[in-house]
Amino acid sequence: MDAALFDKLGLDPKAPVLQCEDLCISYYTRAGEIPAVMDFNLTVGANEAIGLVGESGCGKSTVALAIMQYMGKNGAITGGAVRFFGRDMTSMSELELRALRGSLISMVYQEPMSSLNPAMKIGAQLCEVPMIHEGLSRDQAKERVLEMLAAVRLPDPKRIFNAYPHQISGGQQQRVVIAMALLSGPKLMLLDEPTTALDVTVEAGIVELIKDIAKEFGTSLIYISHNLGLILNTCDKISVLYSGKTVEHGSVRDVFDEMRHPYTRGLFNSIPLPGADKNARPLIPIKGQMPLPTERPAGCTFGPRCDYFEEGLCNDPAPLKVSPVDAKGSHVVRCRRWDAIDWEAARPRRRQAEPPKIGAQVLEIDHMKKYYEIKDRSLMALIRGKASRYVKANEDIDFDAHAGETVAIVGESGCGKSTLAKVLLGLETATEGRVMLGDLDISNIPVRRRAPNEIGALQIIFQNPFETLNPAHTVGSQIARVIRKFGVASDPEEVRERVLKLLDTVRLPREFYERKPRQLSGGQKQRVGIARAFAGEPKVVVADEPVSALDVSVQAAVTQLLMDIQREQKTTVLFISHDLSVVRYLADRVVVMYLGHIVEQGSVEQVYAPPYHPYTEALLSAVPIADTSVKKRRIVLEGELPSALNPPKGCPFCTRCPRVIAGLCDVEEPPLKTLADGHQVLCHLEDQVFEEMEPVIALAEGYSG
Amino acid sequence: MSEATLQTREAPFITRLFTFRETRAAMAWSIGLYALAAIASGLGAPLFVQAIACAALVFFALNALWSVRESSIAVIGLALVLFWVLLATAAPLLPLRDPTAVSPAFKGLSEVLQIKTLLTYAPDMKLTEAQSALLEKPTWFGYSYEGETYTLGIDHKGRDILSRLIWGAQRVLVWASLATATAYIVGMLFGVMAGYLGGWVDEVISFVANIMLSFPVMVLYIIIITQLGASGVNVIIAVTFASAPGIMRIVRGLVLDLKTRDYIAAAQTRGESAWYIMLFELLPNARGPLIVDACLRLGYTTIAIATLGFLGLGLPPPEPDWGSMLAEARAKGATFHHMIIIPAAALSSLILGFNLMADGLREISLRD
Repeated sequence: MDAALFDKLGLDPKAPVLQCEDLCISYYTRAGEIPAVMDFNLTVGANEAIGLVGESGCGKSTVALAIMQYMGKNGAITGGAVRFFGRDMTSMSELELRALRGSLISMVYQEPMSSLNPAMKIGAQLCEVPMIHEGLSRDQAKERVLEMLAAVRLPDPKRIFNAYPHQISGGQQQRVVIAMALLSGPKLMLLDEPTTALDVTVEAGIVELIKDIAKEFGTSLIYISHNLGLILNTCDKISVLYSGKTVEHGSVRDVFDEMRHPYTRGLFNSIPLPGADKNARPLIPIKGQMPLPTERPAGCTFGPRCDYFEEGLCNDPAPLKVSPVDAKGSHVVRCRRWDAIDWEAARPRRRQAEPPKIGAQVLEIDHMKKYYEIKDRSLMALIRGKASRYVKANEDIDFDAHAGETVAIVGESGCGKSTLAKVLLGLETATEGRVMLGDLDISNIPVRRRAPNEIGALQIIFQNPFETLNPAHTVGSQIARVIRKFGVASDPEEVRERVLKLLDTVRLPREFYERKPRQLSGGQKQRVGIARAFAGEPKVVVADEPVSALDVSVQAAVTQLLMDIQREQKTTVLFISHDLSVVRYLADRVVVMYLGHIVEQGSVEQVYAPPYHPYTEALLSAVPIADTSVKKRRIVLEGELPSALNPPKGCPFCTRCPRVIAGLCDVEEPPLKTLADGHQVLCHLEDQVFEEMEPVIALAEGYSG
Repeated sequence: MSEATLQTREAPFITRLFTFRETRAAMAWSIGLYALAAIASGLGAPLFVQAIACAALVFFALNALWSVRESSIAVIGLALVLFWVLLATAAPLLPLRDPTAVSPAFKGLSEVLQIKTLLTYAPDMKLTEAQSALLEKPTWFGYSYEGETYTLGIDHKGRDILSRLIWGAQRVLVWASLATATAYIVGMLFGVMAGYLGGWVDEVISFVANIMLSFPVMVLYIIIITQLGASGVNVIIAVTFASAPGIMRIVRGLVLDLKTRDYIAAAQTRGESAWYIMLFELLPNARGPLIVDACLRLGYTTIAIATLGFLGLGLPPPEPDWGSMLAEARAKGATFHHMIIIPAAALSSLILGFNLMADGLREISLRD
């Protein structure tokens, strides 16, 4: 089939799979032409995996859409060529493109739920691909689809074939999308952030699958991601994009170990690496933010943010070409000063900072339980006498937090960490147990009955910067409202003064007082969110994944800011996260949750080193790490998270645990073991097994952080 | 696409002349001033207040047309609506005849009517020269009698149609906007309560709304007006009963979506009362779709008021009212076509204006 299609479309099987030559892409808006990608070069050979990295707005998704020739009404290729097996795709007719898309080139998108049609059964959707492209009969297509569903390691392909998309989990959905992309044996597969919407352990499974399956099917990959760790795991070569241009391109090893562009260096400096914590190696954010496409500076677009900027050279408006770094010319950078920079000195230094002093106990959660009652009003339920069932969102939560301390609560979606936050904030009341804030048990006081100073003492920073501020009110009025509400100040002048001071604290210009949230970038919104949380001089701040929706370089700056304010005000921070590298970086103590239970807790050193709880072990193994000198033990979790409505008997983790002891774990509830002072694990494993555990993450010799 | 990236073109001189700080604020001030002046003159303030209202309105109109220039549909719609609003506001200032007075021209017209009637019975009748001259003269546009010209002619009772049209526009617009505003206040209040509070509040409100929505609208109007009597206030009550359930449903749907946002959780976690959250956190963010719906609903309400007038259930005669003008024309329409065409065209243009405005605003809101 391939040969016939190649002939029909005039493709040359000996040419490289994909070649982008000086590709320029623009969008046309009311404001005129906006160049999105300029001067983009890329060659993808057979079986090669290329990573495209960059922050949002750098043009990486635009490149993918251009390769698919799917630019929408207002986008167009303004220069250069995209050659697929030697044939320029811009010269193809719509009919030829249709024959190509989905058969020789396929794409996997970020949101699995929105790439599957919710009204069609999965089998029917998948069967369309071979039926349309290869003219197979329904039965032949079904056979092929079932094979492919098994190939992407979905359990019980027959059941999935007959299911609707909403009946399977997110990870399974993404596997289905990948199966769909592979059905016609494509030569090139584009993956646009395929795991961003998924949990870490699920992500690890999908990445593993993508890697294996590309080899098995002889497909070339273009993997778009903002996560450098994932690129290291999956790709052979990497292109780093900044503001519409490739700034560095080379083999993964070259770029990761010897990056030669200040932006790439900046990216690596702003992600926490294993073994580094906030006191030893502070993150170094890149200053400023990416320019808007209409306001790109002359010369090097990274110039204004670069530490090595040289007036007259870097902002010279002459076209900035890429220059080869090594003799072969396979590693190139777009920088005029790359050979003048001392790259050893650019590595972040260890800097011994004073660890924060941990004060008195502020928050004590004592055997707290939160069950949600689900009333079943059906007749059957009444007859059987099971009118209400319980979702056990939090089961026996027990830990405390001290002044100035950062306690991280780690777990994947559905582990109950958000419920815990709701109980603390008084949006829900606990079913059992106590939550002591100072001398006051707040577990049963809903927020409406709390006094203003009690509310102000416990505040939250939300995850999504685009929802955290009310778009109808100005930034200033939103912070001012909090100050008045908590009774910190009431005189209008004094309130205004305090708001301006808070804006200073979060390093935002004072003019932002009058701004509406839509005029702010994501990072700036999150800073306002932090200012708002700290407006009532809180004792405890719950930070619900405060940086996970932000770009890497902004993440570092916001994290740093949060830490600085905490250090200054001696606030306790409960840091809810699924990102174990960030947690390793900034937490003092870690609480790992699974299905409503705390499965492990202890200091960072205790949790990140053996002995581990088997779940922590798997989580650690799933974290993508952007460092070539780190060796990881691979533990991929099988199966899905059980429903909290119907948890497994015995240990909550027994259905997925690689170290499960049959006949014990699935029958009896595990005991809470104290392994060291303050280090507790909820597990059946023998002490001897714990002692023999090996570290998941190992640093190679000579690692300098 | 953020707003900052869009280059702002220079506003025309006239707009820049009046623009202080930014167009949005200028528009808010001018419409506020207009509303105050219009209400004051409605309560019997001296005539110059009306002039202030007109000036404020012209200023607002220029700014509003400039701010929707992106969408030609919105410009046309807004221009149509503002044309009528301006005429209605300026009615006391314009040299119009009394809309209810029977003019002397009625005598001339009745002669024509007589000849026409005679001709239908005796088509072969011989006409005198004076009679022929009368028949040849126009009876509507530019009808003149004893040296006085009636631009749009006179109706079968000899009243000046132009004057009735403009004064009628005032009544239609005032009652339509008052009725829509009342319906909106009621609908939004119940909608935000049903959406945000949920539970039994939602169940009760939704149930009542469903019952009201199951009534044919016309039947509802007729029942209410016949029970309460025909008056402006009762028209408002009738329109509110008919429209509020629909508005309530829209608001409820919007609120159900908005209340899951983090900023609502943020308001809850700082202990705001339910009313504060509903009125200051939720409603301002629902305004986009509501403004579009309000424009459409103004059109529906105009139709409703005209229909009520047509059925004789609207504003009591002899005050000019487009609906009752149409009803009167129905009887005489065979002889005096202009009596039907003029108010019907006016009514259609206003409703078209509202609908185009809604379309245009939706187009603009989708673009950003």
